[in-house]
Amino acid sequence: MRRIVVGPFNRVEGDLEVSLDLEDGLVVAARVNSPLFRGFEQILVGRAPQDALVVVPRICGICSVSQSAAAAAALADAASLAPTPNGRLAQHLIQATENLADHLTHFYLFFMPDFARSAYAGRPWFGAVAERFAAGRGQAGNEALPARTAFLRLMGFLAGKWPHTLALQPGGSSRAISAAERIRMLAILRQFRTFLESRLFGDDLTAVAGLESEVDLLAWAQGRAGDFPAFLAAAHDLGLERIGKASERFLSYGAYDSFAPGFWQPGQAVARFDPGQVAEDSRHAWLADSGLLPPAAGRTVVDVDKPDAYTWCKAPRYGGQVAEVGALARQVVDGHPLARDYVARHGASVTARVVARLLEIARVLPMMEAWINALVPGESFCAQGTLPEEAQGVGLVEAARGGLGHWLSVKRGRIECYQIVAPTTWNFSPRDGDGQPGPLELALVGLPAGEGALPTVQHVVRSFDPCMVCTVH
Amino acid sequence: MLKVLWLQSGGCGGCTQSLLCAEPRPLFEELSDAGIEFLWHPALSGESGDDALTLLEDAAEGRRDFDVLCIEGAMLRGPRGSGRFHLLAGDGRPLTDWVRRLAAWARWVLAIGSCSAFGGFSAASRDNPLEACGLQYENDEPGGLLGAGFRSGAGLPVVNVAGCPVHPGWVLDSLEKLALEGFVPDDLDALQRPLIYADQLVHHGCPRNEYYEFKASAHKPSDLGCLMENLGCKGTQAHADCNVRTWNGNGSCARGGFPCISCTEPGFEQPGHPFLETPKVAGIPIGLPTDMPKAWFVALAALSKSATPKRVRENAVADHPVVRPAIRKTGLK
Repeated sequence: MRRIVVGPFNRVEGDLEVSLDLEDGLVVAARVNSPLFRGFEQILVGRAPQDALVVVPRICGICSVSQSAAAAAALADAASLAPTPNGRLAQHLIQATENLADHLTHFYLFFMPDFARSAYAGRPWFGAVAERFAAGRGQAGNEALPARTAFLRLMGFLAGKWPHTLALQPGGSSRAISAAERIRMLAILRQFRTFLESRLFGDDLTAVAGLESEVDLLAWAQGRAGDFPAFLAAAHDLGLERIGKASERFLSYGAYDSFAPGFWQPGQAVARFDPGQVAEDSRHAWLADSGLLPPAAGRTVVDVDKPDAYTWCKAPRYGGQVAEVGALARQVVDGHPLARDYVARHGASVTARVVARLLEIARVLPMMEAWINALVPGESFCAQGTLPEEAQGVGLVEAARGGLGHWLSVKRGRIECYQIVAPTTWNFSPRDGDGQPGPLELALVGLPAGEGALPTVQHVVRSFDPCMVCTVH
Repeated sequence: MLKVLWLQSGGCGGCTQSLLCAEPRPLFEELSDAGIEFLWHPALSGESGDDALTLLEDAAEGRRDFDVLCIEGAMLRGPRGSGRFHLLAGDGRPLTDWVRRLAAWARWVLAIGSCSAFGGFSAASRDNPLEACGLQYENDEPGGLLGAGFRSGAGLPVVNVAGCPVHPGWVLDSLEKLALEGFVPDDLDALQRPLIYADQLVHHGCPRNEYYEFKASAHKPSDLGCLMENLGCKGTQAHADCNVRTWNGNGSCARGGFPCISCTEPGFEQPGHPFLETPKVAGIPIGLPTDMPKAWFVALAALSKSATPKRVRENAVADHPVVRPAIRKTGLK
């Protein structure tokens, strides 16, 4: 057996290292290391509770709004406050804008450039795909970036700026939308829809959202011009629908009052989501180990010389089990037939994760149009409330990369404790106290790696769209 | 071509995400037409793993030319000076060592964002256990990782493109000015920030200016009034052109209904009061506008409050205009 260390992985958000044990060129065990520590939970302790709205977006520059939304939800929970109807719609819109922009960034800038690697020079699709998607040079980036920028102009109206807005509030949003801005925002969505339908999908969003199986999808993509069909051709040729299977258990907190929450495992009906089942373990992190603890009782204390530790990331578990989160988990839990069909046939995979992200774009953009239509300018965007001096709150939201939870306790009007469980903490978790590897650690086993191997490991890692800076908050 | 080498450390990556929002042209086209290319950028380049490490090693040993070193994120010197809070993936050496080695070869070193300029939020926990600092500052004290005496190849200290996050235009204008003619010391303010954006105040161009004039103040998030008196806004003191350049089209913090937290200033992350409350003494905000005598401010505020039109007073505490501007029947004179 031989151990290799792979890194840095660029085109992921933050720094990542993977250590692979190889036998005969195949991975027999993988360990995922998040080599950067941030310490945000300590930064929050002792501050005024509302300060969380300033601090937490700065955990992450790509899931900034999701962090804000989780903090706003935790504060709302602690104050027993519900957003006004406009406030709720504004929150959905701000979160969806970030999530869709992140899906787009992932596909065009982070994931697709790997198909331009010279290792694929002999494949029939290589010439066209390499020319279009090469990192920094491909024309796809020059088309996707302006589309993303124009789409993110929604944030100029809804959130002041992106990233790092303070607009999301426990009672809704600090930014009321005027009648004129409502019209302008619908125009921005039409512009984005045009890009998606003409460049990404090569078909209208309704048709994409209506695809029900892998067979349907591949037949639909056959001969179609578009970046998603181009991905499907390459991915199918490389068999990526059979690569990257992880825990086969999916967790979603539910999103936008539209995608259902729940926990899915093979052969069973979706189980009701129970927040009490979420717990974290620090056995293999450079953090003091107190066993599997619910986040509300969790602490983050550095122990840099701990034996057997190999990462700054904790190991979250659901009912003690390893779970995968993200767009695929959301769509499987919600019961979309295309996501369910992929998982039923092959389990989770590189292809299924990418398909689920793009499917989500096709499903969510029409929802955004409906939310903007439902805004009532002139009615309140922000409910007001008072936070008690002693309170607890939990905020659970879905970031682009999956479920994000904030657990807050307030004592004598100050933050006493703040624990965060981020999406990539689930997906890139290390082994837990029982030795169970995390989802990526499972997904890499059996793959070719080392000198001369195809970049399969790269596809699997990026298929999770990892956000390492959130992971090691 | 101006070659830019970009590394990230103790930060959120948000400055890169913000940069990708550059408009009106796609970032890559804008840069390449201005004669600028990334030698390597962690979020945007093709090279990964050993290819990336080879490139970085060559640059750090002076075997591969580059012009600009851009660092995003704070320098994490802990624990106990070891730098182990961030070891470069696949390499195992502290990022702080890499930055020191690379800075020695750069013609210009740019701190991208307030973390790499001053330490930022990474340096915000009690007693700073991460031992986080900026490239050439620790909060507002010169020093930081590279030391107060550091000068890059072109003879300049670190250029602090501060902000949390940076506006894409601040980075683009800085890089394009470097490509065009370079920076000289007079292009920077006393905190080494480019005057390109730091010679203005966030207050300039604030759409709440009429409310400011009359001291018609917001009381709660979403109110339209001035955010200075009650909600912690520091736009009259913070150096940046956020309300002139605007963000994501028409946005800015004040336009988004929330206060400026002075994110371009050292120490903004530890204001000593809740971010969303204005600290006051005897009912008067402590942080009055830069360059204004306090007694005059208080006198003018009292006068303007008593002269506030009904429209401004009532709209200040609503989230949409409830009183419209009057229409003159006699024509405008």
